[in-house]
Amino acid sequence: MRPSDRIFRVLSTGSAGLIMVILAGVALFLIIKAGPAIVANWSANPDLAGGTTHGYTSFWSYVGPLVWGTLFSSLIALVLGAPVAIGIALFISHYAPRRLAGVLGYLVDLLAAVPSVVFGLWGIFVIRPFIIPFQDWLNHYLGWIPLFSGQVSQTGSTMLAGGLVLAVMILPIITSISREIFLQTPKLHEEAALALGSTRWEMVKLAVFPYARSGILSATLLGLGRALGETMAIAMIISPALLFSVRILTDTGNSQTIAANAALNFPESNPLQRDALIATGLALFVISFGVNFIARWIISRTGGSRRLRKAGSR
Amino acid sequence: MSKRINVRDLDVYYSDFLAVEGVSMTIEPRTVTAFIGPSGCGKSTFLRTLNRMHEVIPGARVRGEVLIDGDNLYAPGVDPVLVRRQVGMVFQRANPFPTMSIRDNVLAGVKLNSRRMPKSDQDSLVERSLRGANLWNEVKDRLQLPGSGLSGGQQQRLCIARAIAVSPDVLLMDEPCSALDPISTLAIEDLIEELKQDYTIVIVTHNMQQATRVSDKTAFFNIAGSGKPGRLIEYDDTATIFTKPSVQATEDYVSGRFG
Repeated sequence: MRPSDRIFRVLSTGSAGLIMVILAGVALFLIIKAGPAIVANWSANPDLAGGTTHGYTSFWSYVGPLVWGTLFSSLIALVLGAPVAIGIALFISHYAPRRLAGVLGYLVDLLAAVPSVVFGLWGIFVIRPFIIPFQDWLNHYLGWIPLFSGQVSQTGSTMLAGGLVLAVMILPIITSISREIFLQTPKLHEEAALALGSTRWEMVKLAVFPYARSGILSATLLGLGRALGETMAIAMIISPALLFSVRILTDTGNSQTIAANAALNFPESNPLQRDALIATGLALFVISFGVNFIARWIISRTGGSRRLRKAGSR
Repeated sequence: MSKRINVRDLDVYYSDFLAVEGVSMTIEPRTVTAFIGPSGCGKSTFLRTLNRMHEVIPGARVRGEVLIDGDNLYAPGVDPVLVRRQVGMVFQRANPFPTMSIRDNVLAGVKLNSRRMPKSDQDSLVERSLRGANLWNEVKDRLQLPGSGLSGGQQQRLCIARAIAVSPDVLLMDEPCSALDPISTLAIEDLIEELKQDYTIVIVTHNMQQATRVSDKTAFFNIAGSGKPGRLIEYDDTATIFTKPSVQATEDYVSGRFG
């Protein structure tokens, strides 16, 4: 082998290895730092008596509502965002004229480049006031459903507002992956459907959706992975509490998320409390690692192509 | 249900590029017509204009008329979706829907009409279509299995069954045997012979023996050079085309001197 080849191989192998080292390092850091807070006696330890950890008997009772809040807000984002994202992807791949499709795809990718803080500010100043009338309506007519029950918020600082902004934030990844898969639908099957006399929508149902089913699922899971980790938007939009609540229209029933909780409480915490926050971070790490892992597994199992993997890592 | 096709001075464009120029021909009901010619001569493109499948390709459009029993396919207000239910198509590569069972593949087109059909009617339609495609005996015990599990030749006959299940007037075939082995090819050719009793059949083929075996009439297409439009050179009884064609280019082609 020539020296230049050898040098390049060492460099690229090293870069690839670095990924493993970083991932392992992060995991190790989380585990080592989280250890003391997880094993500590929460009711007796004076360091945990005040502040954010006040009144909890163990780490698990502290992290429980946070895990709930994280999953719940992400789920709202998914329910609101995924159908729209898939609709956009379908429009780009099968309905829009080619030039419009290009522009639209570009715009969606641009959406991914907007910083979380900007989304947070947008949530505060635009989304919150905007959804107040809808919240009143939902509460008035559908208040018997637990989701929409309780004293409706007059500020808009609600789980619904947070979920809505999160939904916009996860649009790009779901859209771009779904679009790639829709575009890969074999022409053969599309033409088979059209030649039988199907309308375009029937063609989508006959040929595109069956082909893309697993891809849509994994795109959605990757969107979920993104939603799980979003800190700033949620921290800025809602005034949360550590509790198990399914209410999405109230000021007081907003379940806190792991990421927002850590960001809000970190500055005022003592060392052991910081360890406790890091331990909640470990929980988030495990959850989002699991979600991403399942998503990748579905893609690989159903023979996703190289293009698909490229889209996923964007 | 078999109908006459009347093409009058048809031009096909891809955007501004004239791909096929000035085709006029009459195709009689209950006959098999073969389109032959070198690659790129526009025979497949022209075939697709007979059920407006060319419109799937962005920028493709036609000028001229295609009449099916007197009704112009390109008259204003004609829905291409309805045209395709009348004029079925079988493709070069078999394309059964991979996630559907054999039975559902046969019923796919019928279900589109969103008619509620009793299960017994569906069963008899599946059997009738599969028998019509000479596939029934091979698959009758595994109708619930996916169509993608069949051999290439069986898949192509499944596609034919799917096409005839919607009772079209005309059946277009775009090189239906080009991906098949000789035995499967023979099975399809026998089938074409039988389908002729009920349908007007138009088949594009690169195989001249196949054209002589299955068709009553043959149309020879050619291009003057790359970038030039394809034209219909000669259209006559198959026997005439292959024994004493009136155009020199046809004779050169069928005798294997070019193409």
